Amino acid sequence: MDPKQFLTTSGVIIVAGKGGVGKTAVSAALAMASSSVGLRTLIVEVEGKSGLASLFNSAQFSYSEIQLVEPSLGVGEVRARTVLPEDALLDYLKDHGLKRISGRLVSTGALDVVATAVPGISDILVLGKIKQLERSREFDLIIVDAPAAGHAITFLRSASGLEDAVKVGPINSQAKDVLALLNDPTRCRVLLVTSPEETPVNELIETAYSLEDEVGVSLGPVVVNGVLPELPGLQANPLEAAAQAGVELQPSEAQNLADAALFRLQRTALQRAQLDRMAQELPLPQLLLPYVFTSELGPDGLAQLSNGLLAKIRDLPDPSRS
Amino acid sequence: MSLESVVAQSHVIVCCGSGGVGKTTTAAVIALHAALQGRKTVVVTIDPARRLADALGLDGLTNEPAQIPGLPEGSGEMWAMMLDTKATFDGLVRRYAADSNQTEQILENSFYRNISTSLSGTQEYMASEKLYELAIESDYDLVVVDTPPTRNALDFLEAPRRLAKFLDHRIYKVLMLPTRGIVKAVNVAAQTLLRSISKVVGTEVIADAIAFFGAFEGMEQGFKERAAEVDSLLSQPDTAFILIASPHADTMAEAQFFAARLRELKITVRALIINRMQPSFGDNHSPEDLAERYAGTPLGEQYQCLAEAQHLARGEQKHLLGLAQELAPAPVVQVPVQAFEVSNMATLQMLGQAMFDTDVTSEP
Repeated sequence: MDPKQFLTTSGVIIVAGKGGVGKTAVSAALAMASSSVGLRTLIVEVEGKSGLASLFNSAQFSYSEIQLVEPSLGVGEVRARTVLPEDALLDYLKDHGLKRISGRLVSTGALDVVATAVPGISDILVLGKIKQLERSREFDLIIVDAPAAGHAITFLRSASGLEDAVKVGPINSQAKDVLALLNDPTRCRVLLVTSPEETPVNELIETAYSLEDEVGVSLGPVVVNGVLPELPGLQANPLEAAAQAGVELQPSEAQNLADAALFRLQRTALQRAQLDRMAQELPLPQLLLPYVFTSELGPDGLAQLSNGLLAKIRDLPDPSRS
Repeated sequence: MSLESVVAQSHVIVCCGSGGVGKTTTAAVIALHAALQGRKTVVVTIDPARRLADALGLDGLTNEPAQIPGLPEGSGEMWAMMLDTKATFDGLVRRYAADSNQTEQILENSFYRNISTSLSGTQEYMASEKLYELAIESDYDLVVVDTPPTRNALDFLEAPRRLAKFLDHRIYKVLMLPTRGIVKAVNVAAQTLLRSISKVVGTEVIADAIAFFGAFEGMEQGFKERAAEVDSLLSQPDTAFILIASPHADTMAEAQFFAARLRELKITVRALIINRMQPSFGDNHSPEDLAERYAGTPLGEQYQCLAEAQHLARGEQKHLLGLAQELAPAPVVQVPVQAFEVSNMATLQMLGQAMFDTDVTSEP
């Protein structure tokens, strides 16, 4: 499938996954991929203090947009901002005639009371703000780095919950608008991210079903981050492999090679089992991103991930030809 | 000092760290290890993966500790539970309410029900409350508590005070003032504020909030005192904070930030556990060059595999260094990534061995 077509299937992509699986790295890689095919891209962070900014060697994002990648020939601009619950709530109250006392809303703690009195109100306002950004048509793609794991479901479920709870008034219409966004596959999709390991895979499967059933949001392919490439040569005995290449190995060196190979083979076997199981239990295509052998993902690693993502998107079947 | 001795000397262990670093499993491993050495332990998990509950041999964990079956002869006891925020909060309300009438009024209030599901910090607050109950009001030798996955790991420490403050809310006080005949001028503004908020979010929800604070009156003091007691338990010398991280630059940076904040609060991190470290398989040659020289042959792939492992391991060690120095003399336990998944008691014990065996050799 053409990456540009894939990335513009919906104007908003929400990236969600359990903590530690690399959801943030995938959001960043997706933004780079989108930029590289010329799309004007916005990254939205909805929780404070994620690693997103440092992946771009940028200062922490804030409520006002900043530029991460300059537009140039064939390269789309990448911008980033936060939409944090408290900002969104404050914004909303200001828009509804409470501007004069917004300072007091915070200082008296009234904001906490409102957020507790109407559960989900902050979430719906965050999503409402995202909808507003989507409607402005200023960007070809908006990538939302969703809250981690369990909270992602609550976050996305806030709209249907509030539509029921608050029957009339501005919150109700806000909820309706957000639901319309979430339920329209041409406007919004969720990409779920996991690593090829048992617990994250279990959690992903559960999340996938509850998002479809309870939120009615359309799911894109599953992104599996950190997939170790299989190396068939590891099956061979190091001494024989060396003989074949015409060299002789020190016993300790042969032992290190054998240990490293065994370890890798065990891990790839576990990984394969999890990917197969996920394919059986969840009928979604999988985009497998290669493991980046670094403990600190910098611009190089990000480029590697983004290229890997583009390659896997190209491998997806072309919907127009099916 | 080793992890072994930190665990042996502790009555309470708080496992902190960012999400996805293996906190819950580590907490269970520590409780199991101490139980195998003859102590009576309990682990409070927050939201254990189904697999861990299965591994512990419990169909479903509840808000009350259940004993883990199948420990070898001569062991102590291991108990496990899963925090139920609402049930724990309900218990507190029952404890501090003046009578059953007040209890009813609060438990049935919809604003109260929202607190336990929607107010941020409530889960952390209840985790520390549960910890207090188990440590002070029960006879466990060791209580190990997992902390909720949150961006801000300090929430666990700050939540009790914050919640106590929330429950002692000024809005309610200000609102009640006129009926008590104190100067009204201050309150006109407050009333206006509430009226305006009501207009935007609905009168009913605000009325529920006011009814809640009304019903809660008189209980703030109990909650405040309890929060202070929990605070003091957390600063006891036999309460140990153990920091758990994974070997990535970002989670280590978060761990370092967390450690610095703990120090400001005069709390010492007693041990650092880094889960899922990459083994390096020796480091006495340059496999990158050899991988290139023999590229395309099985030997080339074997060198590539070794090179990737060693490159990753070196990067991890580099990132670990700053954190380890920050926390010195706390022991640093590097748990290698395992080639198995924790799926039952046996694998949980194997992970425990990996954790406590590497312990001795890995002090900085």
